[in-house]
Amino acid sequence: MMTEMIKGYNFAFIDEYAKREIRRKILKAVSIPGYQVPFGSRELAIARGWGTGGLQITLSLIGQKDILKIIDQGCDDSVNAVNIKRFVKTTTGVAITTDTLKATIIQTRHRIPEEELIEEQILVFQVPYPEPLRIVEPQEAQTRRMHAEMDYAKIWVFLYENIVKWEEITIGARYPVMVAGRYIMDPSPIPRYDVPKLNNASTLYLFGAGREKRIYAVPPFTEVKPLEFEDHRFRIENFEGKSCQLCGSTDTFLDEIVTGDKQVYSCSDTSFCEKRRKNPQTPRST
Amino acid sequence: MGYVAAKGGREAILNAEELVEYFRLKGKSLPLSVKALKEQLRLACDKVMSEGSLYAPELAALALKQAEGDTIEASFLLRAYRSTLPRISYSEPVDTEEMSILRRISSAFKDIPGGQILGPTRDYIQRFLRFDLLGEKEKKNEHFSHINEGEPVQKAPKVIDLLREEWLLPQPAVKTNKEPYDITRCALIFPLPRSGRLQAMARGEEGGMMAIAYSSMRGYGDTHPTLAELRVGYIPLKIKHPITGKTVTAGEVLVTEVEIIAGKPTQTGEEVPQFTLGYGLVFGHNERKAISMAMLDITMKTQEPKHPAEDQEFVICHIDSIESSGFTAHWKLPHYVTFQSDLDRLRKIQKEKGCKLETDISGKK
Repeated sequence: MMTEMIKGYNFAFIDEYAKREIRRKILKAVSIPGYQVPFGSRELAIARGWGTGGLQITLSLIGQKDILKIIDQGCDDSVNAVNIKRFVKTTTGVAITTDTLKATIIQTRHRIPEEELIEEQILVFQVPYPEPLRIVEPQEAQTRRMHAEMDYAKIWVFLYENIVKWEEITIGARYPVMVAGRYIMDPSPIPRYDVPKLNNASTLYLFGAGREKRIYAVPPFTEVKPLEFEDHRFRIENFEGKSCQLCGSTDTFLDEIVTGDKQVYSCSDTSFCEKRRKNPQTPRST
Repeated sequence: MGYVAAKGGREAILNAEELVEYFRLKGKSLPLSVKALKEQLRLACDKVMSEGSLYAPELAALALKQAEGDTIEASFLLRAYRSTLPRISYSEPVDTEEMSILRRISSAFKDIPGGQILGPTRDYIQRFLRFDLLGEKEKKNEHFSHINEGEPVQKAPKVIDLLREEWLLPQPAVKTNKEPYDITRCALIFPLPRSGRLQAMARGEEGGMMAIAYSSMRGYGDTHPTLAELRVGYIPLKIKHPITGKTVTAGEVLVTEVEIIAGKPTQTGEEVPQFTLGYGLVFGHNERKAISMAMLDITMKTQEPKHPAEDQEFVICHIDSIESSGFTAHWKLPHYVTFQSDLDRLRKIQKEKGCKLETDISGKK
């Protein structure tokens, strides 16, 4: 990109001791899938709440040979993605790509790319609320106890009451999942459409919450199941009858665009959409 | 295609950066010197150092200039710079009895050993706008030749030590010289040790802390404290010399220190019922923040919290302006994927409830 590397700062901004601590916490997170590992989150030159958790993971892992992709809402070119790319580029000089398949590290906010990720890649999620139980319990001391004891009754009751009141579970994005049959985890505000991609995937998924100072992980080939009832199954967003106005896809997650007099749709994953426009047969992960 | 969402972001960001600079300078006034800001916006610089958690008066003034006077933004600039600096060592414990005092008051006793010193305070200045400052040109500093700032009161004894001698306050905890809990290296875990709570408050935002402390003074709680002592002054910062191992003074730091007594008998663990002590220490001259900190130190000692100010998780998690301002601002980021998910839920529920949406809000079919 356009920016020169900044002088007077360490490679990847944070100091090496901090990076080592974060890598150790990542290892712990990988060892206990779905468990939130507290870490000494550093302030960055990017505001808290703007992806500093994911960014600290990326900065602590990245090396000069890495190829980085950063997306926000599936889009490589949104202001926030551009801003974070500019920061990483300025402090590391690494190569940046928009091609999902060429990246070694992908940092994302609110989406998992449409194309299938492979074992050599790492997907880093930006997390605003690491605690899936926060909707039913405000106190951190309590939610930690609930996880330790697998005391998950409150959230099950919450889901049940949702169905009683609304005939439907009202959670849009951030749908809680059970990881490896042990910890309930917040998958970050990805749409429900992306949740099945967490299950038994080839790729390492790392989650960073900077403000809330937590790191957690879903290692490759781990069972991840959305919370559901036998008689009320988990459902993804419904795009029946809709298609992307640019590439014509009917099987991707779509952004709804309000033009004033009609609703139109386009792929949220902009890099994938471009590929589909060139080759309509480009496969997405299933 | 009119709608490109937040695409073309790169150019827009660079343009925004240029516009910010344009609005800072378009009036063509003389550039503010960092020295003038450091001296004449002394209290704003102190606030920025305190909340940015880095004692660096010149950098604080620079941050204020860069942020056009937005103290939260300036604190953020300083904090972000701070996190790139390696931690070389811990200082020796500070003894505030060694303070070169600029100001020292106690509301507990009419007179105290060492004396009450009003010092530079606006407390008793009536709040009339000084229109003469509108056109301030003359250098007035020569008018102050009679003021001698260089004679600090030496070793004034602490008011709370007098109370401790009479067993009205608990004795200080045994000195273990353990490394304190460091919230910049360890994540917050609750219950947080007191050293962690005090550290979090020392870098907390004045307004946020004052609001929560005020709630306890006003009615959501029952704290009616007495200010044992408030002092403002320079304390020597000592470190162990890395080679000789001897204690050397590395510099001095301006701080505000407050000790507050909750005026209710409590079982403190000693044999007799005693008062509870609250402590506040902040970088720079900031009395509101130091008092709020000492108040919250008391309220958070409550074993069974009933009010917000008594709940340490509530207090500690919500007073850091770098975190709260970042998250408050992040709602400006695109959320259209998550909103799409929410729309999907609501439309599904409306459909299942059999809602007949004949017209939309504008009345169109």
